Amino acid sequence: MGSLHLNEIRKTFGTVEVLKGIDLSVDDGEFVVFVGPSGCGKSTMLRIIAGLEEQTSGHVRINNRLVDTVPPAKRGIAMVFQTYALYPHLDVRRNMGLALEQEGIAKAEITARVGAAAAMLRLEELLHRRPAELSGGQRQRVAIGRAIVRQPSLFLFDEPLSNLDAALRVGTRIEIAKLHRKLGATMVYVTHDQVEAMTLADRIMVFNAGAVEQVGKPLELYHRPANLFVAGFIGSPTMNFLAGDTAARLGATTIGVRPEHLIIRDDGVWSGTVIHAEHLGPDTMYYVETEAYGTLTIRTDGDTWHEVGATLSVSPMEAKIHRFGADGRTLG
Amino acid sequence: MSTGKARTSLLHTGLMHLALIAYTALCLAPVVLVVINSMKSRAAIFSAPMALPGPKTFDLIGFTTVITQGNFAGYFSNSLIVTGTSIVAVLLFGAMAAFALSEYRFRGNTLMGLYLALGIMIPIRLGTIAILNIMVATRLVNTHLGLILVYTAQGLPLAIFILSEFMRQVSADLKNAARIDGLSEYAIFFKLVLPLTRPAIATVAVFTMIPIWNDLWFPLILAPGEATKTVTLGAQSFIGQYVTNWNAVLAALTLAILPVLILYLAFSQQLIRGLTAGAVK
Repeated sequence: MGSLHLNEIRKTFGTVEVLKGIDLSVDDGEFVVFVGPSGCGKSTMLRIIAGLEEQTSGHVRINNRLVDTVPPAKRGIAMVFQTYALYPHLDVRRNMGLALEQEGIAKAEITARVGAAAAMLRLEELLHRRPAELSGGQRQRVAIGRAIVRQPSLFLFDEPLSNLDAALRVGTRIEIAKLHRKLGATMVYVTHDQVEAMTLADRIMVFNAGAVEQVGKPLELYHRPANLFVAGFIGSPTMNFLAGDTAARLGATTIGVRPEHLIIRDDGVWSGTVIHAEHLGPDTMYYVETEAYGTLTIRTDGDTWHEVGATLSVSPMEAKIHRFGADGRTLG
Repeated sequence: MSTGKARTSLLHTGLMHLALIAYTALCLAPVVLVVINSMKSRAAIFSAPMALPGPKTFDLIGFTTVITQGNFAGYFSNSLIVTGTSIVAVLLFGAMAAFALSEYRFRGNTLMGLYLALGIMIPIRLGTIAILNIMVATRLVNTHLGLILVYTAQGLPLAIFILSEFMRQVSADLKNAARIDGLSEYAIFFKLVLPLTRPAIATVAVFTMIPIWNDLWFPLILAPGEATKTVTLGAQSFIGQYVTNWNAVLAALTLAILPVLILYLAFSQQLIRGLTAGAVK
C-alpha cells in the first residue's frame, strides 16, 4: 500500500526553527504516532507530509516517490482533521465523494466506494444529511469515510479525537484501530494524548521542541525511555523524579520511579504525609509530600485506604528504577 | 429580589426601545415627508407639508411629469447599470483580494493590507480633479465605465477590510481538506469560502450600494451628459434657479427609493439566511 520516508526535514518560520532535521522511515502497513506537547512541531511535520506546508529543507518520499513538489491532492494521501473539516453545504454522500469527483472517477464507481465506506462506518442512514445535522462522533466518522474512499497509500490523522467527549473518544479510538487492521493501510497519527499513542501505535515518535526524543514501540518507551523527557511524557500519572544523594548513591544525577512501582510498606525508605488521594475504583493514587523529594505519586490497588494527613512509607521496586545522567539521558 | 431585577430590566429594555424608536423616527421622517408630499398638489405641499394626502390634496401630477417629461427610464437604467456593475466588481475583486490577504503568507502581506485599507480613511473626492483629468485623457467622461471605475475604487477598501476579517475566520482545516481533495484555489474560493462568508458579502453589498446609488458628485462631474445621467442627477433638472417643480422633484426621489429598497431586501434576505445556515462545527 504505502511507505513513507522523511529525510532531514527542517522547517523555519522566520528565525524560529520549528523542525530540526527529522528522519523517519515508515514501513508499508505500519501505524506510526507522533506525540508531544503542543508546539513541539508534530503537526507541522504532518502538514509537510501532506504537502500543506513546505519544508525549508529535506525530502519527503511516499511510496518511494519524491513528492517535495507534488501538490497535496496528487500525493496519494488522505487526511482527517481535528475539526472534522466537512463541507457544510454538501451532504454526507457528496462530502465523501468530492475528491473522487475531482479526480474524474466514474459516477458508478464513486457510488460503490462511498457505499462501501459508509457500510464500514455505519453511515448508510446518514448519507443524505448535512454535517450540521450530525453529532460530533458521526461527523468524525464521515471525515474518516472521506479518507477511506480515496484508497490512499497513506492516511494522515491530525488529532482526530481531540474534539470528542471522553466516551466517544474511546469508541472512535477502537474504531480507528479496527480500521487499521482491516485495511492494513499505512497511517501516521498526530496526538498530544499519550493514551491514544500507546493504544494505537505500532511505533511512537516522541517530539519535543522540534526534535525527535525517541522512536520505539509503545512498551519500549514505557519500559526503557531514552531520556528524562520521554520518561516524564509517557505514563500516567507521570514518573516520580528524585535527585540528590539518593540518586548519587545509584550513580545517577536523577532517578525516576513510576507511581505503580512504589510499594507502600511500614519500613519504606521514603516517607511523607498524604496530601491528596484519588480513589478511582480499580486504582488509588496517593500524593505524598516528602521533606527531601517534594511530592511523590503512588499508584496502588483500589482496596487500600489512607486518610489525607496520614503518614505513608514507600519503597521503590529496585529493578524498576530508571537512572538518568547529568545530560538527562538514560544511563545504561 | 427576582421581581426587582425583572423590573429594572423592564425599565432597561423600555428605555432601549424608546431610544431605538426615536432614532428610527428621526431617520424615517425625511423619507416619509418626501413620499407623502410627492402625492400632493403643489398648493397642498406648501400649505400643509406635514399632512397626509387627502381626497382634496391627492395629486399624482409629480409622477406624471416625471414619467412624461424627463427621460426617467433612461436615468433609472443608467443608475442601475452603474450601481449594479460597481457592486459586482467591488464584491468580486474585493473578495479575491481579501482571500489573498487572509489565506497566503507572502512578503509585504500586512503592508499591502494597510495600503488597501487606506482608502477607508482618505475620501476619494479629494482626488476629483486628478480623476477628472484621467477621465478626460482616457475619454471616459460621459460613459458608464468612467463612473463604474471610480465607484469600484471607492468601494474596494471597505470591502477588502471587512471581507478579509471574515475570511480569516473560515476554518483553515476546511480549506486544507479541500486542497487534499483536489480542489483548485479558485474552487476553494468560489465553492467554499464565498458561500461561507455570504453574510459578510451581503453586508458589504449594502454598504457599497447605497452611497453609489445616492451619489450626486461624480455623476455631476464625470457624466453630466443626457445619455449617462443617473437618477439623482436627473431629479436635479426639476430644481431651477428661480422656480423648482417640487412635485416632480419629490416624485423622482420617491421613485429613486424603490430600486434601492428592493436590492436591500434581497441582500438582507441573504444576510439572514447566511447567519442561520450553520457553520463548520
